[in-house]
Order: sequence, then structure tokens, then C-alpha cells
Amino acid sequence: MTSGLWELVLKGIWTTVQLLVLSALLAAFVSFAVGIARTHRLWIVRFLAGCYTEVFRGTSALVMIFWVFFVLPVAFGWQLVPLWAGTLALGLTYGAYGTEIVRGALNSVDPAQREGGVALSFTPWQRMRLILLPQAVPEMIPPFSNLLIELLKGTALVSVMGMGDLTFSANLVRLALQQSAQIYTYILLIYFVIAFALTRLMRGLEKRLKAGVGRAPEREVSARELKRPRTTGVGGRVA
Amino acid sequence: MRWDWNAVREFMPYFWDGLRVTLQILALGSLISFALGLVWALLMRSPTRWVRWPVGVVTEFVRDTPLLVQLFFLFYVLPEWGLTFSASATGVFAIGLHYSTYTMQVYRAGIEAVPVGQWEAATALNLPVRRTWTAVILPQAVRRVVPALGNYVIAMLKDTPVLMVITVLEMLGQARLFSQQHYRFTEPLTVIGVAFVLVSYPASLLIRTLERRLVR
Repeated sequence: MTSGLWELVLKGIWTTVQLLVLSALLAAFVSFAVGIARTHRLWIVRFLAGCYTEVFRGTSALVMIFWVFFVLPVAFGWQLVPLWAGTLALGLTYGAYGTEIVRGALNSVDPAQREGGVALSFTPWQRMRLILLPQAVPEMIPPFSNLLIELLKGTALVSVMGMGDLTFSANLVRLALQQSAQIYTYILLIYFVIAFALTRLMRGLEKRLKAGVGRAPEREVSARELKRPRTTGVGGRVA
Repeated sequence: MRWDWNAVREFMPYFWDGLRVTLQILALGSLISFALGLVWALLMRSPTRWVRWPVGVVTEFVRDTPLLVQLFFLFYVLPEWGLTFSASATGVFAIGLHYSTYTMQVYRAGIEAVPVGQWEAATALNLPVRRTWTAVILPQAVRRVVPALGNYVIAMLKDTPVLMVITVLEMLGQARLFSQQHYRFTEPLTVIGVAFVLVSYPASLLIRTLERRLVR
């Protein structure tokens, strides 16, 4: 491989990382906003938030990407820059998985904590901000870490739309060199390294957050137990 | 926005073809992932680390890299090595392999959840290893993991559109073909988006029911 081709791959890595960071931010925002809405006391708020989750979790990420790239411009006249279109599709899809994580963690906080907040006449917002979230967020980190890996794998899908990410650069190199084993092996390794770095990062974050509420991080084995966010209700282990 | 019901009607024959292919891929892919996942899970329990370690690394690698790139790898590299398969066979194998690294974790959790007393009883009855697994451990382990496996079948359903990139005409492939021929994107893409929700939501409800009944 020549240096020109490596430059292509580096550009691809940069695009993938940009897309990953942006869509992770959007997904985190959506997860918390909709996840908290799913614990709201009004049924209509819970219902609407539930509809969002089921629709976006029910459909496929690639179909969503197609929809944002092809239907949105025609139907609503929103022609988005590819990077933003990809961010929107991935962030909304993976955010829907995240809402279940947030909801599950909020529900698993001891009810006495909430009641304590009521007894001290905290407003609902103060209860959420000062009592529930500080205890729930550390519990969310391991599942969020898995979701982040899924999101990284999801970013490869935008290459189907011709966005110049890591996978797309691999296809260009394949066409240039007329041989595929080498470049695809490199690309798979690069994805693996990024995924590994992300897992480490999230484990460090979990350690710090759990130290803040006086708990030990999960054992390494159980943290790795299930990588994919669950499709049905959260809560309880597999077996 | 203009919604054209005629385009929907014209798309429906393509849609049914696509749905059939999607479900075929799903069925075969699930079978492969269930079988391979069990093999990985059993290998991970082997006494020597010279088996456990490579299996652990390979499955971790497959799990953490995108299915899309794995598909490209299998589709373009295998022919270079003189192995030629049809696009759909490659796709089914890729998706089955990818998900076997998830089902492996499920089986492992299920096997570990079998009470130790069952192992001890098998030893006390002097059952050979093979019979311990087939008659005592696996029947109890598999029963517990059925709902979790079902979750992965739904996840797999949502990953089948990726096979479009290697020219398999499943639902999204059909929708794209139709869009390019008729220059109508809105209707076919919306129809299959709705179809995914209509299939996967009831399926997840079914799994929730199974979970209540099988896992105590």
C-alpha cells in the first residue's frame, strides 16, 4: 500500500471518529431526555416516550439511514449534509436503545431514596438531579459502554450512502489495488482497536463515578457478559 | 410531501419477495448462530487455555467489529482464496457467525446458572461427560436461555438489511431496486420501515411472555 492510500484510510478514521462522537452525544441526549420522560408521572408523557422507543428500536439502523438520506429531502425539503444526516439517523436509533438503559437504571434506584426526597419536599426536578441521577448514572455505564461499541459498528453503515468513513476508504483501496485480504484485515483491526480503547475509557469512567457514590466497579467478567443492548425490557440478567 | 398509494401497490409484490428472503436469511442465520454459539461456549469451558484463549480472542474480535466490514471481507476475500459462494450463502454465514459470538455469551450465562448440585449429582451417579452434558446440564441451561436467544433473533432481523450491500435482494435491497427503477423513494422505504416495526414489536412482546413463563 502506498502512502496516498494510507492517507485515504486516515481520513476515513477521522470521519468515523467525528461521526461516532457526534452521534454518541445525540444518542446520550436522547437517552436521558426520553428515558426520564418514561418515568414521568403523567401517562401521556410515558406513552409518547414509549412510542418513540418502540418505533426507533423496532426498525433497522440501515433502513433509518436510507430514510434520512432519501425520504427526508423529498418529503420535508431538508437536505442535510451527509455528516449530520448520519448523526441524526444513528443518534436517534441508538438513543432509543439508550432510553431503556436510563429507564432501567432509574427504576432500580431504591424507592426509599425517592420517598426521602419527597419527605424533604424536594421538587421533582431536584429529586431527579440531586438524588436519583447521581445514584443511577454509575449503574448505566456498563450497558452504555456496550451500546457505544454497537454505535461504533453502526457508523460503518453510512459508507453505504457514500460517506467517506473508514469502511468506504477500504472499498476505495480495494478498487485501487484489486486485492482485498490485506486492506480488510487492516480495517477490521482498526475498528477493533477503537472498540478496545472505548471499552477502557468507559471502564475508567465507571470506576470514577462509582467511587463518587462509594461503590466498587463491576467485576471484569460480568461487565463483559452481554454486549448487545437487550431488545425487550431491561432489568434482570439473562438466566 | 406527496404520498402515492399507487406506488405502494406497485411495490407490494417486490415487498413480499423481499420479506420472504429476509425471513429465510433470518431462519438460517439463527440456526447457524445457535449451533456455533454453543460450540464456542463449550470450547470456552475446555480445561486447557490453549483452546480457551484463541477462541476468546477470535470471538471478541468478531463481536467488536462491524458486520458490514466482515461481509465485505467474506464476499471479496474468499473468492481470492478460491472459495466461491453465492451472495446469500455468504450473507447467511456472515450474519450467523457474527451473532454466534453473542449467543455464546448467552449459553455461557445459562450453563453457569445451572446449580452446582446438578454437576455433583452427575458425578455421584458416575455419568460419563457426554451424558452429563446432554442429559443433565444442557436441557436445563437451554431452557433458561430461550428468551435471550429470541432477543438476538430480533436483533439479527434488524441487521439483515446490511446484506443488501453484497447484492442480496432482501427487503431493503428490493426497496432500493424499486426506488431506482421508478424514482419513488418515500413509499418503499417507509413501507419496509413500518414492516420492521410490525414484525419486531410483536416478536419482542412474545419474548417478554416467554421470559415470564420459562425463566423463574
